[in-house]
Amino acid sequence: MQIYVCVKHVPDTAATITVVGEAGYNDTACKFIINPYDEYAVEEAVQRVEKAGSGEVVVVTVGPEAAVSTMRAAMAMGAHRGIHVKVEGQFLDSTLTSLALKAAIEQDGTPNIIFTGRNAVDTEGFQTQYRLAAAMNLPVVSEVVNLEINDGQAIVQREVGGGTRETLEMKLPCIIGATKGLNEPRYPKFPDIMKAKKKELKEIDFDQLGLDTSVDQTELLKLEAVPERSSAQIMQGSVREQVNELVRILTEKDKVL
Amino acid sequence: MAKIGVFIETDKDEVKKTNFGAITAALDGGKNEVVALLMGVDANSAQETLAAYGAQKIVQVTVDSADLTASPDLQARALADAIQHFALEGLIGLASARGRDVFARLSAFLNVTLASDCVGINFEDKTVRKSHFSGKTIATIKLNSDLLLCALRPNAIEAQKALADSQVESYAASVDAPGLVKVLEVKKGDTAKMDLTEADVIITGGRPIDAAENYKMLEECAELLGAAVGASRAAVDAGFAPHSMQVGQTGKTVSPRLYIGCGLSGSVQHFAGMKTSKVIVAINTDKDAPIFQKCDYGIIGDMFEVVPVLTEILREQTGQ
Ligand SMILES: Cc1cc2nc3c(=O)[nH]c(=O)nc-3n(C[C@H](O)[C@H](O)[C@H](O)COP(=O)(O)OP(=O)(O)OC[C@H]3O[C@@H](n4cnc5c(N)ncnc54)[C@H](O)[C@@H]3O)c2cc1C
Repeated sequence: MQIYVCVKHVPDTAATITVVGEAGYNDTACKFIINPYDEYAVEEAVQRVEKAGSGEVVVVTVGPEAAVSTMRAAMAMGAHRGIHVKVEGQFLDSTLTSLALKAAIEQDGTPNIIFTGRNAVDTEGFQTQYRLAAAMNLPVVSEVVNLEINDGQAIVQREVGGGTRETLEMKLPCIIGATKGLNEPRYPKFPDIMKAKKKELKEIDFDQLGLDTSVDQTELLKLEAVPERSSAQIMQGSVREQVNELVRILTEKDKVL
Repeated sequence: MAKIGVFIETDKDEVKKTNFGAITAALDGGKNEVVALLMGVDANSAQETLAAYGAQKIVQVTVDSADLTASPDLQARALADAIQHFALEGLIGLASARGRDVFARLSAFLNVTLASDCVGINFEDKTVRKSHFSGKTIATIKLNSDLLLCALRPNAIEAQKALADSQVESYAASVDAPGLVKVLEVKKGDTAKMDLTEADVIITGGRPIDAAENYKMLEECAELLGAAVGASRAAVDAGFAPHSMQVGQTGKTVSPRLYIGCGLSGSVQHFAGMKTSKVIVAINTDKDAPIFQKCDYGIIGDMFEVVPVLTEILREQTGQ
């Protein structure tokens, strides 16, 4: 089984994001991590290959120089090697990202499965996996919480709101967007982290891929900090008095009850 | 005047309420003409509700000799064909699990830019506003394709009634390729429970709920509030609630008009999923809990004492 896992290097979800200029942020001030949903993708790929006793898991990242740390983290979880498509700039449109992923994967080998996360927690785009699938003419299902593979068919489950679960079927090769519930990502142990440092990592410059960049793209015009609410108005008195006051405010002032 | 389509989501053959806000957005204060596109339900039965918010044309999209609900690819392709047929300049929908999926398929198939989970649209300059970095920043994004595709965060745009003269039509889309993905089974969740992303009011229990059966206390209160019940990840991970109830970055993104958090510390990841609620109330025993720094109203107290009193007062008021 030849498995590719697309992994993004993103700021920690708990990090403070300080906006710089019109549409940038201070990326030297925050800790970066592997996109949390991509951890489910890496874990699933590694388990599949471990169970099969053969095959290879290749991590593919389109990202800045510093994304190497994220790729090493994925390798510490068990991925065998990595392909790093290096780009400059803090944001790359999802169409270009998917074209870069496609080119990097196709240069390397023939996938049986490509895993991604359901979305990246920085840009929250929810679409790169679909664009990759369309570009490669492969079936795709995202937000997958369960996966079975039988006879070259992938049977997947996803949640579609209200606790409703859908079971879908598609032929391999296919693309799967992983989410919480698919598995429990492992915490790499120290020897795995050390081993990961020696694993093969191929670097390609984005410009070397010769992509057609005249495709329609989104453009980030502005990034603004969302003002936090100020501290809460605290209710006073006995429990009953407090709740009465709250209900009164919600009904009369805010009109939300 | 632009002609804008709205992809209407249905649930159990009924139009979801959250579509109305999407119609309001598409109408853009009467500047646009709105065409509502439905699949799998009878357009006639939806006419009155959709026209009340301003849909001028209500179209039932079908595909000859195929079940549209059986393949998300097929749905995307049928939508692509309908967009062309009705000469739509944009298609708006909801960023629900289903909407996110169909819009992403559609945009990838057409090679058109898309923004998902948007909280605002500007048709003149083709820009949208959406969260970046778990709700810590809002990005303004320009969509550079001719066709404007945008999935809105449910409830982010308030629905406004705008009665329109409407016609109902049926359109048999032509789709040449069968979908690559096939739906085998749909297992409905607990039908008595309201879908979180649909709810106008949500009451959530965090880790201190301490047991699955204690959610009953919140359910009783929710019934009187007309609310759905949510959970934090800490409560889900502890096995007190199913993942379908989780609000937050790794759960549902919600935007109700009232959010009542009981026993929530106020983590960034939880707030990523509910920050855009109109009013946020916190009930927490710890006066220094971070949640009190980022909500509108607070009660410092034990939720096991406060919630039953709230239920009681609501019951007295509604006379139930
Ligand atoms: C990548 C990532 C993704 C995540 N995604 C999510 C997500 O989607 N959703 C989510 O919720 N979390 C998410 N988390 C977890 C998040 O960081 C917090 O750990 C979690 O939200 C805390 O849950 P809590 O507020 O219920 O519990 P706690 O943090 O334990 O807080 C409990 C609070 O309740 C108060 N309390 C205790 N007893 C009572 C009582 N009887 N009555 C009233 N108050 C009481 C305490 O004072 C405390 O403030 C994520 C974390 C990571 C790293």
